[in-house]
Amino acid sequence: MSAWMAKLRERAAISPFRSAAAPGSERDSAPGRRPPSPFWIMVQKEFGDHIRSWRFMILLGIVTLACIGSIYASVTALKNGAGASGASGQADAASSFLFLKMFTESDGSLPNFLTFLSFLAPLIGIAIGFDAVNSERNKGTLSRVISQPVHRDDFLNAKFVAGLLLIAVVVFSLGFLVMGMGLLTIGYPPSPEEFWRVVVALIVTTVYVGLWLNLSLLFSVRFRQAATSALSGIAIWIFFLVFYGMIVNLVGNVTAPSDPSDALAVMHQQDWLMLLQRLSPAYLFQEAASTLLLPDVRTLNPFVTQDQAYLALNAPLPFGQSLLLVWPQVVAIVAETALSFAASYVAFMRQEIRSRS
Amino acid sequence: MEPAVIELSKLTKRYGEFTAVNALDLAIRPGEIYGLLGPNGAGKTTTILMMLGLTEPTSGTVRVCGIDATRSPLLVKRRVGYMPDDIGFYEDRTALDNLIYTAQLNRIPLPEARARAELLLNQVGLAHAAGKRVGAFSRGMRQRLGLADVLIKRPEIIILDEPTLGIDPEGVRELLLLIRELSQSEGLTVLLSSHHLHQVQQICDRVGLFVGGKLIASGDIASLSRQLDGDTTFEVEVDVRDPDGSVSERLGRLDGVLSVEAAASDALAVSGTGSIATYRVTSAVELTSALALAVVEHGAPLLGLRPVRAGLDDIYHSYFEGGAAHERLDG
Repeated sequence: MSAWMAKLRERAAISPFRSAAAPGSERDSAPGRRPPSPFWIMVQKEFGDHIRSWRFMILLGIVTLACIGSIYASVTALKNGAGASGASGQADAASSFLFLKMFTESDGSLPNFLTFLSFLAPLIGIAIGFDAVNSERNKGTLSRVISQPVHRDDFLNAKFVAGLLLIAVVVFSLGFLVMGMGLLTIGYPPSPEEFWRVVVALIVTTVYVGLWLNLSLLFSVRFRQAATSALSGIAIWIFFLVFYGMIVNLVGNVTAPSDPSDALAVMHQQDWLMLLQRLSPAYLFQEAASTLLLPDVRTLNPFVTQDQAYLALNAPLPFGQSLLLVWPQVVAIVAETALSFAASYVAFMRQEIRSRS
Repeated sequence: MEPAVIELSKLTKRYGEFTAVNALDLAIRPGEIYGLLGPNGAGKTTTILMMLGLTEPTSGTVRVCGIDATRSPLLVKRRVGYMPDDIGFYEDRTALDNLIYTAQLNRIPLPEARARAELLLNQVGLAHAAGKRVGAFSRGMRQRLGLADVLIKRPEIIILDEPTLGIDPEGVRELLLLIRELSQSEGLTVLLSSHHLHQVQQICDRVGLFVGGKLIASGDIASLSRQLDGDTTFEVEVDVRDPDGSVSERLGRLDGVLSVEAAASDALAVSGTGSIATYRVTSAVELTSALALAVVEHGAPLLGLRPVRAGLDDIYHSYFEGGAAHERLDG
C-alpha cells in the first residue's frame, strides 16, 4: 500500500513538470485535442516516404503488370473452358465458383494470379523493409530521432506498422482490381461466399508479405549495409522458393523406409516430410491461399485412405470449413512473423546508437 | 551555489576489456557553457550518450535536471536537445519538414510546430532555404539546421557533439556566436564537445579536459593552466632586429629571467627583412616593461613585444607531452 502511495506521489510530481517541458503545447491547443503520439507521427512519415519513393512505383508497376497478365490468361482460359463445356457449363457456374477461377485458372501462357502473388509478394516485403533501419543509421537520422523523447521500440514498431499498412493497401487494391476487371470482362458477379473467400485470401497474403517485411527488417537491423541486407533477404526468398522443396525431397529420398509395404512407416515418413515442408512460409502460404480460393480442396493431408476417399462427398467445402482447414497454416505464418519480429526487436534494443556507425 | 543541472558520479562504461569512460565525476551548473575537450576516442561521445540514456553505464549514475537518465531516459530527452556529430536529416525533405517532424515527435501540435520552425529558421539564418531540400544543403547550413533542430523542443540543456566539425572558419565563428547568443538569451545550459581548442576557448565558461576516459582537469582556462602547470611563470615574446645575437645575451642577464630561447618566428614576417629574431623570454616575475627598456637601451629596434598567456592549446599540448611520457614509463 505504501509503495503504491509513493508511486502515486511520484506520478503527481512528474506530471506538472511534463507540461513545463513542452511549454504551451498542451495549453495552447484546444482542450481535449492532444497532439498525436510520436508513434503515429513516425508511421505517417514512413508511409509518406514509401509512397513517394521510386522503389515503390517500380514495384507497383511490376505487380500491376503481373496482375493484368494473369487476368488475361485466366479470362482466355475461362472462355475456352466455357466454350468446351457448352451450355451445361453455364448451368453449374454458380456451384463451380466461376468467379474464383479468375484467381486460379490460366491458359498456360502465363501463371495465374495466385502463383504470381505467391512469387512476387515476398519481393514487396523485402523491398519495403530491407533498408528501413540501416539507411537511417547510415544517414545519421537514427540517432537524431532516438534522441527525441521517443521510445526506442516505437521506432521499430512504426517501421513495421507503416510497411504493413502499405502492403495491405497494395494487396487489397490489386485484389479488388482483379475482381473489378474480371467482373467487367466475364460479366459474372461473385456470390457473397466468393467475395469473402477472396477477402480472406487477401488478408492471408498481407500477413504473408508482413512476414517477409519482418525478415527484411531483421536484416536491416543486423547488417549495416543496405545491399547486404537486401541480398540476404533475396537469398532467403530464393532458398524457400526454389531450393527448400528440393532439399525436402532429397531428405525424403534418403529417409524413405526400406520396406515400401510397411504402411505405418511410410505414413510416418510422409508426415515428417510434411512437417519439414510446412516450415517454409512459402509452402504454408501456398496451402492456405489455394485452399481458400479452390473450394474443392477438402484436405491438406497427402494421405487419404480409400475409405475416406470413397466416403467423402465430391462437393466443395463451405467457406467456414475451408477457413478451419487453413487456420493452422495462418497461425504458423503469424508465428513465424512474430518470431522474426522478436529477433529484430531484441537485436535493435541491444544495439548502441551512435551517429553514423 | 546552485544545484548542478548535469551531475555525473563515478560514471563508468566498459566495452568488454576496453574502458571508454572511467569513474567520471562531473557537475555542470545551470546556464553555463561547458566545453568537453579531448582527443578522438577519449570517451566524450560515450559520456554524452549516457547522459541521454542512449547507452547504459556499466556503473555510476547520471542525473540530468535531477532525473536519473538511465532509468527514465524519456523524461531527460524531453528536456535535453542533443545534436550528434555529423547530424543527419531526411535529405529528400525540406528543412521546414525536417524541423516540423522533430517538433511533432516532441508532441508539439502542427500549427505551433510550424510557427516555431519558421521562427528558428529565421534565427539561424536559414529562412531563405526553408523550402529547399536538405540534400542540397552545405555543411555549414546543415549544422545551423541542426542547431534549430535541437532548439525546437525548447530544451533546458543542449548538448552539441563536435558542432564545428568540417565547417569553414567563418562558419565556425558564426555558429559559435549563435550558440553563445542563444545560451545568453534563453538561459540555456550548453555542453559542447570538441577537439578544436581555440573554438572551445572562445565561448566556454568552463572546460573539462578529457583523456582516456578520465576527466583530468576541469575549470576555466586560468585555473586549468594552474592545475596542469603547477608552477607559475611568465612568458613574453620579443621581436627585435638582432643580427649578432647581442640582444639575446643582454636579455639573458636581466634579473629574474630564467631563459631566453629563439622562438620559431613567423616565416612570412621573416622573409625579406632577414635579421628579425623572436625570443621567448621566460621569467619568474612580470618583466614586460623591463624587457622593453633593456632592448631600447641596447639600441636595437624593438619591433614587437607580447606577453604570452597560456592558451588552451598550450595546456592541451603540455598535458599530452606529459601523457606521452607516462605511457613511455608504463610501457
